[in-house]
Amino acid sequence: MSFQEFLHMGGYAAYVWTSYALALVVLIANVVQPLLQRRRLFAALARKRRRSARN
Amino acid sequence: MMRFIHRLASPKYFYDVAGRIVPWAGWGALILILVGAYWGLVEAPADYQQGDSFRIIYVHVPAAWMSLFIYVVMAAAGAIGLVWRIKLAEIIAIASAPIGASFTFLALVTGSLWGKPMWGTWWVWDARLTSELILLFLYLGVMALYGAVEDKRMASRAAAILAIVGVVNIPIIHYSVEWWNTLHQGPTVTKLDKPSIAPEMLWPLLIMAVGFQLYYVATVLMRARVELLERERNSRWVQELVQPR
Amino acid sequence: MTPTRKKRLILIAAMLVGVGIATALAVTAFNDNLMFYFSPSEVAQGKAPADHPFRVGGLVTTGSVQRQPDGLTVQFSLTDNQSTIPVQYTGILPDLFREGQGIIAKGRLNDSGVFVADEVLAKHDENYMPPEVADSLKTARQGMGDQR
Repeated sequence: MSFQEFLHMGGYAAYVWTSYALALVVLIANVVQPLLQRRRLFAALARKRRRSARN
Repeated sequence: MMRFIHRLASPKYFYDVAGRIVPWAGWGALILILVGAYWGLVEAPADYQQGDSFRIIYVHVPAAWMSLFIYVVMAAAGAIGLVWRIKLAEIIAIASAPIGASFTFLALVTGSLWGKPMWGTWWVWDARLTSELILLFLYLGVMALYGAVEDKRMASRAAAILAIVGVVNIPIIHYSVEWWNTLHQGPTVTKLDKPSIAPEMLWPLLIMAVGFQLYYVATVLMRARVELLERERNSRWVQELVQPR
Repeated sequence: MTPTRKKRLILIAAMLVGVGIATALAVTAFNDNLMFYFSPSEVAQGKAPADHPFRVGGLVTTGSVQRQPDGLTVQFSLTDNQSTIPVQYTGILPDLFREGQGIIAKGRLNDSGVFVADEVLAKHDENYMPPEVADSLKTARQGMGDQR
């Protein structure tokens, strides 16, 4: 099987590759979101600490 | 055993243990999903009827299984939280919701992408597709309810009750294809007699399914850890974690 | 287990049973509406609605597919191995449409008993196998004299 044929997916390329691409996006999003949320939380907590230290 | 559970229920201890599990589950999931995808896309033969379009099965079916599995976990954790008032159970329940919702979304959209070339339509209102769509709304409802209530412990209880009520939808989704005439075909793997799929096509499906399970373990613990920090933001162990003395 | 926890647990169980019974009743009441399609036998028994469009599901009878010269209109018959109804359809057929294939057609019966469809969907079975396996299965079946 050539690489061209592989990409072509027997004529169903649009359906198959869209499915897999979407799965990739969803899987990555679920990892990135808690990481971002964690960073936001740490930043907020550090800010709060600095403010209370100044007073 | 009880002592272990009690220690695990302590927020700080859970935070540390979960933090150690996440990389193992995460990398394990990545490897299995890559192997499953390669096997499913390259090694597995094309189907006798559906040709290469059947390869969508390796995303669609594990995602659909996870959408049901995570819902049951979410409802069970919610029930444990309601009865025993265990904070960690509440957190696991609410951390599961967005992951379950995204798997449900994935199952619906990949099903649509598979239905168009094979059935000839993106969507039909048959029992299987409709009940899976209701599942998505249940997940979104649980998340919205949790977000709408200010006090997080009250929010958890409200969301848990909705999640538990929604459990009746789970057997309906599973048996819809047997109870009613649907466009969706019957179960392939999860039936009592042996699966009606060639072994070289079944293996990547199972690998993908285990990969998705590990992925869920990793991501639910990641979310649970952040949620735990949010709730305990004023406690000493979190303060020390943010800025060690 | 403390009494309060037991009470909460019973409350949750009762809630689940209650909702379960309510759903079961609702689902049974709407049972017919949840059927996505009728079988040819049900249509023959007059169970299908006469006044509005409905769906019929069955297998395309082998040897029944006739294409009109315009290239778009197709005539075939649907069977569930008990009853057979003739179907007429104009439009593009799904990739899986072929003789012996499970099909769901949406439309209504005309006066001469022909089902005039405006939509044809293919229903595939839950079996997945490589083409070679399917071929050898077919030859084996024919060898045993089972012409399906």
